[in-house]
Amino acid sequence: MTDRVINWFKYASPQTFYPLAGKLIPWFWALAALFGIAGLVIGFLIAPTDAQQGEGYRIIFLHVPASWMSMFLYLVMAFWAGIGLAFNIRLSGMMASALAPTGALFAFLSLWTGALWGKPMWGTWWVWDARLTSELILLFLYIGFIALQAAIDDPRRADKAGAILALVGVVNIPIIYFSVKWWNTLHQGASVSLTKAPSMAAMMLWGMLLCALGCWMYSIAVGLMRVRAIMLERERHTDWVRELLAGKE
Amino acid sequence: MLILLRAVIGRDLRLAMRRQADIVAAAFFFIIVVSLFPLGVGPEPDQLRRMAPGVLWVAALLATMLSLPRLFADDHRDGTLEQLALAPQPLALIVLGKVIAHWLVAGLPLVVLAPVLGIQFDLSQDALAVLTVSLLIGTPALSGIGAIGAALTLGVRGGGVLLSLLVLPLYIPVLIFGAGAVDATVSGLGPQAHLSLLGALALGGVFFAPWPTAAALRVALE
Amino acid sequence: MHWNSFAEFLAMGNHGLYVWGSVVVMAVLMLAEPMLLMRGRKTLVARLKRQLRAEQAETLANRSASRQSRRNTPQE
Repeated sequence: MTDRVINWFKYASPQTFYPLAGKLIPWFWALAALFGIAGLVIGFLIAPTDAQQGEGYRIIFLHVPASWMSMFLYLVMAFWAGIGLAFNIRLSGMMASALAPTGALFAFLSLWTGALWGKPMWGTWWVWDARLTSELILLFLYIGFIALQAAIDDPRRADKAGAILALVGVVNIPIIYFSVKWWNTLHQGASVSLTKAPSMAAMMLWGMLLCALGCWMYSIAVGLMRVRAIMLERERHTDWVRELLAGKE
Repeated sequence: MLILLRAVIGRDLRLAMRRQADIVAAAFFFIIVVSLFPLGVGPEPDQLRRMAPGVLWVAALLATMLSLPRLFADDHRDGTLEQLALAPQPLALIVLGKVIAHWLVAGLPLVVLAPVLGIQFDLSQDALAVLTVSLLIGTPALSGIGAIGAALTLGVRGGGVLLSLLVLPLYIPVLIFGAGAVDATVSGLGPQAHLSLLGALALGGVFFAPWPTAAALRVALE
Repeated sequence: MHWNSFAEFLAMGNHGLYVWGSVVVMAVLMLAEPMLLMRGRKTLVARLKRQLRAEQAETLANRSASRQSRRNTPQE
C-alpha cells in the first residue's frame, strides 16, 4: 500500500513524468489515428443515410465528439486544478493549463460544425438555442481561464488563481445551462432527431463513439505534448532540465 | 460576528464617501449607456418597451463592472488587505462585509435610478415596479460574483479588461432572470418564478462567493 | 459501402459544402495544434539551450576573471 502511494507521488514529480509522457505520446497518437480513421470510415463510408436529414447529418460525427470533448475537458481541467489546489501538486496545475487551449479549440469546433449543420437543417447559421448558447459561454469561460493565467507572471500564483476560476466555473456551468434553457424561446429540441437516441442506427452510434474516442486520444496526446513544454519552461533552472538540455546536443 | 461585519461595512462606506466622484461617475455611466440605446435603435415606443428590461440590465452589469476593480485594490495598495488576511477573524466574513458595502455604494444607486430611466422607455407602472424589485434582488448577486473576479485579478496586468472577461459570463444567469422577470410582467405571465430564482442566485452569490474570493485574495497576497 | 460513385460522396446529397466545410476546418485545426506545439517546443528547447550556454559561459568567465584578479592582487 505504501509502495503504491510512493509510486504515485513519484510520477507526480515533473522529473519522472517528463520522460514517461514522452514515451506515451506516440501511443496516444497511434490510438487517436486508429479510432479517428475507423470512426470516419464508418461515419462517412458505411453508415446509412438519415431518414430526416439526408447526408447532411454526417456532420454529427464531428460535431458531437467536439461538443463532448469541450465539456469533458473543462471538467478534467477543473479536476486537475482542484487536485493541484488541495494537495499543492505542481504537476496538476500544469495539466490544467495544458488542457485549456485544447478545450477551447473543441468548443470552437463544436460551434463551427454546429453552425454548418444548422444552416442546411434549420435554415440558419445560429439560433439562440440553449445548447448553442451554453457552448458559446463555455468558450468564454475557457478564454477567461487562459487569459487569467497568461496575465499572471508567477506560475504558482497563475495555477492557483486559474484553479479557483475553473472551480467557480464548474459550479456555474449547470446554473448557466439551466438559466439559458429557461430563457430560450426559440428552442429547437423537436427538430433535432439526435435526442431520440433509439431512432439512431447502430452504425451511426458506433461511428460517433469511435470518433469521440479518437478525440479523447487526441486530447491526451496534445495535452501531454503541451504539459511537457510547460514543464521545460517552468523547471528550466532545475538540474534535470539542464542535464536533459545538455544531453540533447 | 455582526460587530465585525458592521465595522467592515462602516469603514468601506466611510472610505467610499471620501470618493463620492466615483459613485457619481458610475451612476452617470449607467444613465448615459441606457440613454444611448434609443438613439441607436430609433424612438418607436413599442420597440423601446420591448428592449427596456434587457438594456437596463446590461447597463447595470456594465456599471457594476466599472466599480469592481476598486473593491480590493486600495486596501491591497496600502497593505490593509494583508492585515485583514492575518486577522483571526475569517477572511470570508470580511469579504462579505466588503461585498455588502460595495452593493450599498454601487448597486443601490442603480436600483434608485432604474425606474426613472425606465420611464424613458415608456414602461408601464407594473413593469417599472418589477424592474426595480428585480434590480434590488439581483444587484447583490452582481457584487458577490464580481468580488471573485476582483480578487482573482488583484494586482494583475490589464486587470480591468480581464475582470470583465472573467465575470461577465458568470453574470449571465442573473441577467436572464432579472430581465426575464420584467419581460414576464410585460407579457402578463407574472414575475414570481423569475424573481424567486433571482433571489436564490443572490443568496448563493452573496453567501458562497466570499469563500472563493477569500481563497483568491490569499493567493494574490502570497 | 454506402456510396455508388466518388462524385456522389463529394456531393453529400447537396450538403457537400457544409459537410466538407466542417471536415476541412476540423482537420486543419486538429493538425495545426500539434504542429504548432512541436514548433513551439523546438524554439523553446533552442532558447533554453542558448540560455544555458550563456550561463555556463558567464560562470566560466567569472571564474577566470576572479583567478586573474587574484593573480593581480599582490600577495601579502
